[in-house]
Amino acid sequence: MNWESFDAFLAMGGYGFYVWGSYAVTFALIAMEVVLLRLRGREIMNQLIRAERPRRSAP
Amino acid sequence: MSRPSEAAQSPRPSFGGRINWFKYSSPQSFFPLAGAAIPWFAAAAALFCVAGLYVSFFVAPTDQQQGEAYRIIFIHVPAAWMSMFIYLVMAFWAGAGLVFNTRLSGMMASALAPTGALFTFVALWTGALWGKPTWGAWWVWDARLTSELILLFLYFGFIALTAAIDDPRRADRAAALFALVGVINIPIIYFSVQWWNTLHQGASVSLTRAPTMAATMFAGMILMALGFWMYSIAAAFIRVRCIILERERNTEWVAEYMREQR
Repeated sequence: MNWESFDAFLAMGGYGFYVWGSYAVTFALIAMEVVLLRLRGREIMNQLIRAERPRRSAP
Repeated sequence: MSRPSEAAQSPRPSFGGRINWFKYSSPQSFFPLAGAAIPWFAAAAALFCVAGLYVSFFVAPTDQQQGEAYRIIFIHVPAAWMSMFIYLVMAFWAGAGLVFNTRLSGMMASALAPTGALFTFVALWTGALWGKPTWGAWWVWDARLTSELILLFLYFGFIALTAAIDDPRRADRAAALFALVGVINIPIIYFSVQWWNTLHQGASVSLTRAPTMAATMFAGMILMALGFWMYSIAAAFIRVRCIILERERNTEWVAEYMREQR
């Protein structure tokens, strides 16, 4: 085990800003991409559902 | 989705037992295949990343020279690998689209570009946060850093070019040509630390030599790289399914898929 306490873990030997700044931004960007992909999928599905309705009412 | 694909219906002569690879090159047959694969790649990504983060913070020892600042390596190097690897895969699909004129190829290339740009940005960002405490500078115009920045602009150029041309097939061809010209940048990034006298350190891991680092550090990097790799496949498959639906919205198979959805 590398860390004596949770504070030591957060401090990263004085490099906490750089280490956590790297990890936080990386995983925030990945989370953002996942959200954007979900929104894009929902958007095209909604468009397809809207486009389908008039076609179904036609004879 | 049990209907045979367009390619399978066409009277292409099939010799005994030979696999018709073009069968899966139609968006219609790839769509359900990608859909079934996504949960597996997503689960693998999560598992590798959790294991990688554990090894990175709790197993890998403190570096003798750089202290804890070196722990940035566990995302910096895998992100940089993925930024180059995704570009090569993207250029492969772009080239395949030009040669075989298959619709899916351009869609795959377009689906990979944003994720590739993401990892390129992550490599640059984590590099800046690593450079400041170790070199004393967020950024230097070093061959490695500059060529990686050019890679980010190549991704942006590819995305912008695809978005700027209305006809998707023409956009694919133009962007494919652009992507293929840009491939020259990949060996420049990779060998920049050998060809030029760079501030950026040489490779700690290479295909031809044993890694010059502790085994646990190496394991952390490999686990994170596998996690990013699996994530990239999952993200690209989700995006390619969006693109397929967007482009094929007026086809009969999409209408049938929508009927099945309710």
